[in-house]
Amino acid sequence: MTDRPASTTKNADEGGTDYLETIPYRVVAVYLPLGVFLFVLLFPFYWMTIATFKSNTELLTTEGFAALWIVKFTFENVERLLFQTEYPRWLVNTLFVTFTATFLSLFCAVFAAYAIEKLRYSGARLVGLAIFLAYLVPPSILFIPLATIIFKFGLFDTPFALILTYPTFLIPFCTWLLMGYFRSIPYELEECALVDGATRFQILRKIILPLAVPGLISAGIFAFTLSWNEYLYALVFISSSEVKTAPVGVVTELIEGDVYRWGSLMAGALFGSIPVAFLYSFFVQHYVSSMTGAVKE
Amino acid sequence: MASVVARNVVKAFGSTEVLHGIDVEIPDKAFVVLVGPSGCGKSTLLRMIAGLEKVTAGEISIGGQVVNNVPPKQRNIAMVFQNYALYPHMKVFENMAFSLRLAKASDEIVQEKVHAAADALNLREYLDRYPRQLSGGQRQRVAIGRAMVRDPQVFLFDEPLSNLDAKLRVQMRTELKELHQRIGGTSIYVTHDQIEALTMGDRIVVMRDGYVEQVGSPLEVYDYPNNIFVASFIGSPAMNLFAGTVTAKDGLSIVLADDGTVLPLAQGHGVSDGRRVVYGIRPEYLALSKEGQGFETEVVVVEPTGADILVIGRTAGQELRASFHDRHDFRPGQRIWLNPRLDTVHLFDQETTRRLELDEADSDLPRFRAV
Repeated sequence: MTDRPASTTKNADEGGTDYLETIPYRVVAVYLPLGVFLFVLLFPFYWMTIATFKSNTELLTTEGFAALWIVKFTFENVERLLFQTEYPRWLVNTLFVTFTATFLSLFCAVFAAYAIEKLRYSGARLVGLAIFLAYLVPPSILFIPLATIIFKFGLFDTPFALILTYPTFLIPFCTWLLMGYFRSIPYELEECALVDGATRFQILRKIILPLAVPGLISAGIFAFTLSWNEYLYALVFISSSEVKTAPVGVVTELIEGDVYRWGSLMAGALFGSIPVAFLYSFFVQHYVSSMTGAVKE
Repeated sequence: MASVVARNVVKAFGSTEVLHGIDVEIPDKAFVVLVGPSGCGKSTLLRMIAGLEKVTAGEISIGGQVVNNVPPKQRNIAMVFQNYALYPHMKVFENMAFSLRLAKASDEIVQEKVHAAADALNLREYLDRYPRQLSGGQRQRVAIGRAMVRDPQVFLFDEPLSNLDAKLRVQMRTELKELHQRIGGTSIYVTHDQIEALTMGDRIVVMRDGYVEQVGSPLEVYDYPNNIFVASFIGSPAMNLFAGTVTAKDGLSIVLADDGTVLPLAQGHGVSDGRRVVYGIRPEYLALSKEGQGFETEVVVVEPTGADILVIGRTAGQELRASFHDRHDFRPGQRIWLNPRLDTVHLFDQETTRRLELDEADSDLPRFRAV
């Protein structure tokens, strides 16, 4: 045996074609576009935040104040939002409606997606397509017949008016997302489980669902965000203040005639986006892994 | 344990028929290999035995009971898949215990059976790992272990070794065969690799295009191929086949290849002159000879494998393969004479492609004519 000479490389490289990329290249090709993108994305949030904590005078004039930062910090907008409107109540309403609608939709979507993707009955493709087409019907058209149904069932002005209508767009959406995810699970796993003696339901519960957790999480997050931000149905189907959801409540109660309570509006938007941001950051790992797809053995 | 019988089994996907009346009988405790090129229907047949595909027509029975309409879970079979199909979210122990848990076996039985299988397969120290933490060979062993814990009536293997690297495949081949000798369950093994088929099977079922071409023991199939397809498919390097006519020349019966090359035959074979045949001779039965004996070939490529030297030459306008156990210094372009061992020459009818039974009184080749 001969001793191999120890490696004399001083600068370990990252591998791949990285060595081709000079620093100016990276600045132009990577950091600059990234910076612009980040700015465009984050500036509204910044604007929202500073508007929340500016006084009304500061918001409406730049004389003696700066546009891009806060000169005189105040809590008065937040105070009005929290104590002079039913904002906390709206948040609770939104949470309840969102969670229930998301759960309901996911539950249905799991079965629908599994059936379409894995049971391979004739016409499965067609059903999948039909569900997708249902998603394409714009809510601005759908709310008219839905309103009639809601009235007939006596659900108007109750949370159920929303819980039962949100799935009209959530189920198709979640079904399509989950179908793609289920497709990435090798069918041999199911066949193996079938041979092992599992029923279809056991396969779904013990094999497919555990493997589809990242897909369930991303479908859940999307459904959550969609219903959290939903405006039209919430505006049309709800009229009492105590049943309103946050997006509608903020707009209907903080715009008094032609007086816009900008500070409180922004505060409402800011607090309203916190749960979603929190949810995203909490699940970001799973969310990303589901975006990059397949189950690895 | 049980025998498996397929009677006149037909499978059609839509209007495309892929299996055309398969009759196969797999005796209890046998290790039977279904072999054939891809698309021959071997996997489909296996999946029908497993119950994963519907039987279009005909009958499949396991242990004497017709199972056409029995779902897989009630067939008491175990299947090992090509890509292992291990449940990625379960540890090795749970993977192996899955079927027992579904059958609501008590915890002691689960422990006992999984550990017994793990011991048999040297998996004990991996029980706590996830499949992704194992190497290919270990994963395959887990898949086999998962089949073993169930004491199934029949083991089904669907190309279980084709995802492994060459060396590991050879090793697992031996392990599987040894395991079968020890446990002795009826096993049906699908592969497209004829070496695997020859080395592992008690019996081989050679399939092509949805038909069974030949059933027999490995050596029977190797030494007495039913037809040209089996002759060329089984054996590596493949058998040399030359089209020609049986002719009498200088008082001797020979095969005159289409380009005029004289291919020697054992005398008294009983095939009439003028019959259009395909002359088959395996590469290892060609001996180097003096000029004028046998036929001439031009060396094109020399492939030393270590154990043998494979010569690819050109004879009668086509490629010819000859393998030599002894060391020879062949050079491309060189002309050599090869003499076939006459009792190993096969003749096939050109029209039907079927093998012609030769009356070879002087053959000293051991016969494997057992059913």
